[in-house]
Amino acid sequence: MYPKGLRTLALATVATLVAGFALVFYFAPLDADQGFIQKIFYLHVPMAIVALVGWVVAAFWAIRHLRSGDSAHDARSYIAIHVSVIFGVAVLITGAIWARAAWGHWWSWDEPTLVSFLIVFLLYCTYYPLRYAIEDRERQARYASVFAITAGAFVPLNFIAVRLAESLVHPRTFATAEGGMPTKMWITFLVCFAGIGLLWVTLARFELSAKSTSANLARLRRALDGDAPERPSAGRPTATVPVRATQS
Amino acid sequence: MSAGEPSAREPTPARRAFAAILAKDLRVELRTLESIPAMALFSVATFILFRYGLDRTSLDGSLAAGVLLATLLFAAVLAINRLFVAELEQGGFDAIRLAPVDGSALFAAKAAALVVYLLALELVAVPAFAFFFLDSWAGLGPLCLVLVLVDLGLAATGTLISSMAINSRARDLLVPLILLPLLVPLMIAAAGAAQPLLAAGGPGYEDFGQWLGVLTLYDAIFALVAYAVYDFVLED
Repeated sequence: MYPKGLRTLALATVATLVAGFALVFYFAPLDADQGFIQKIFYLHVPMAIVALVGWVVAAFWAIRHLRSGDSAHDARSYIAIHVSVIFGVAVLITGAIWARAAWGHWWSWDEPTLVSFLIVFLLYCTYYPLRYAIEDRERQARYASVFAITAGAFVPLNFIAVRLAESLVHPRTFATAEGGMPTKMWITFLVCFAGIGLLWVTLARFELSAKSTSANLARLRRALDGDAPERPSAGRPTATVPVRATQS
Repeated sequence: MSAGEPSAREPTPARRAFAAILAKDLRVELRTLESIPAMALFSVATFILFRYGLDRTSLDGSLAAGVLLATLLFAAVLAINRLFVAELEQGGFDAIRLAPVDGSALFAAKAAALVVYLLALELVAVPAFAFFFLDSWAGLGPLCLVLVLVDLGLAATGTLISSMAINSRARDLLVPLILLPLLVPLMIAAAGAAQPLLAAGGPGYEDFGQWLGVLTLYDAIFALVAYAVYDFVLED
C-alpha cells in the first residue's frame, strides 16, 4: 500500500526524534543566561532551517518541472512548499513562545531572522490562492512552478535586506551565544536537526503517496463511470469520450 | 504591416516587437487615460488620508519616507492590476502567441510601459507630497534616483505577477496578495535610502550607497528571474 521504504523511514524518524529529545532533556547542559526555556532552541531552529531548505527544494523541483513538463515534479514542488508552510506555522509559534520567555514580548521586530521568516512565510501562504485560482491543470502547474522559482530567489534577498535594516541599529545578541555554544549543545542540536529533517522527508513522502493514491483512485473511478452503459444523471449519451479527454 | 515588412518566415526582431508593443500600450493609455489619472488621484487622496490618520501637517525622516513609498506602492498596484486586462479581453495574448515573436519581448515592453506609468505617477505624486508635507525640498533630487530604482523593481515583479494573476479566477485579488510580500525588500531598501534624504535638518546620505546596492540587486535578480520564466507564463 505504501511505497517501498516509507515504513523504515518513518521508524527512523521516530527513533531519531526520541533520541534527540532524550538528549535535549538529559544530556544538553542548561543555558547560563536563559535556563530551561533555551531548550526550545532544539525544536525551533531545526524546524526553521528545514522549512527554508524545503522552500529552496521546491524551487529546484519547479525548475525541473518547467524544463521537463513532467507533472510529477510539480507535485513534488507543491508538497515541498506545503510541508514547509506547516513547519513555518510551528516555527512562528515556537519563536513567539521563545521570544516571550527570553525578551518578555511575544514578538520582537528587532530580531531580523524572525522578521525575515515571517515575510517569507507570508509570501508562501499566497501560493495556495494562486494555485487554486487557476482551473486549467497544466497552467496551474506551470504558474505554481513560476511562483516557486520567483519565491525561491526572494528568500535569500529578503534575508539580506532585513538583516541590513536591523544591524545598523541593533547589535546581534544571538551571534555571541551561538558562537560559544558548547560541544554537548552542538551534538544535541545536530541530532535534533537530523530528526526534524527526517520528519520533513517522511511527511513529504506520505503526502506524495497520498496524492498519487487519490489521483489513481479518481482515474479508476472515472474509467468505471465512463464504462457504465447509461447513467441517468449524466446529460450526455456517450460520456466516455469527453470524460477521457479531460483526464489526460 | 509597417514599411519594412519582413518576409513571412523570418521572426520579427525582438527589438521591433518590443517597440511596437510599447508604442501600442502608450498610445492606448494616452487615448483612454485609464491608469495614470486613477493612480495620481489615488495617491493624492491617500496623502490626505495620511494627513488626518497621522494628524501631522508636516513629515520628515522615516515617517515621510514611509508615507510616500507606501502610497506609491499601493498606487502602483492599481496599474499592475490593469496591465494585462486589454490583452486578455481583446485577444492580445493569442495574437502574441500566434506572432513569430519571443515572449520576453512582451514582458520587456509591458515592464517598460509600467515604468513609464510609474514615472508619470511620480511626476504628480512626489511634487504633491512635497507641497503638502515637506519643509525642505533639498532631498528630492537624490530621491528621484531611489524612485527610479524602485520603479524598475516594481516593473519586473509587477509584470510577472500581473500576467499570472490575469489568467486566474481571482485576478484583482491575487496581485496585491502576492506582490506586497514580494515588495518588502524593495520597501526596506527604498525606505532606508529615503529616510535620511527627507530628514528634518536637510538631506543626509547615511548608507545611501548600500541601499542603492540592495535596490539594484533586487531589480537585477527579479528582472532575470522574470525574463527566464516568462515564456512559461505565456505558453498555452
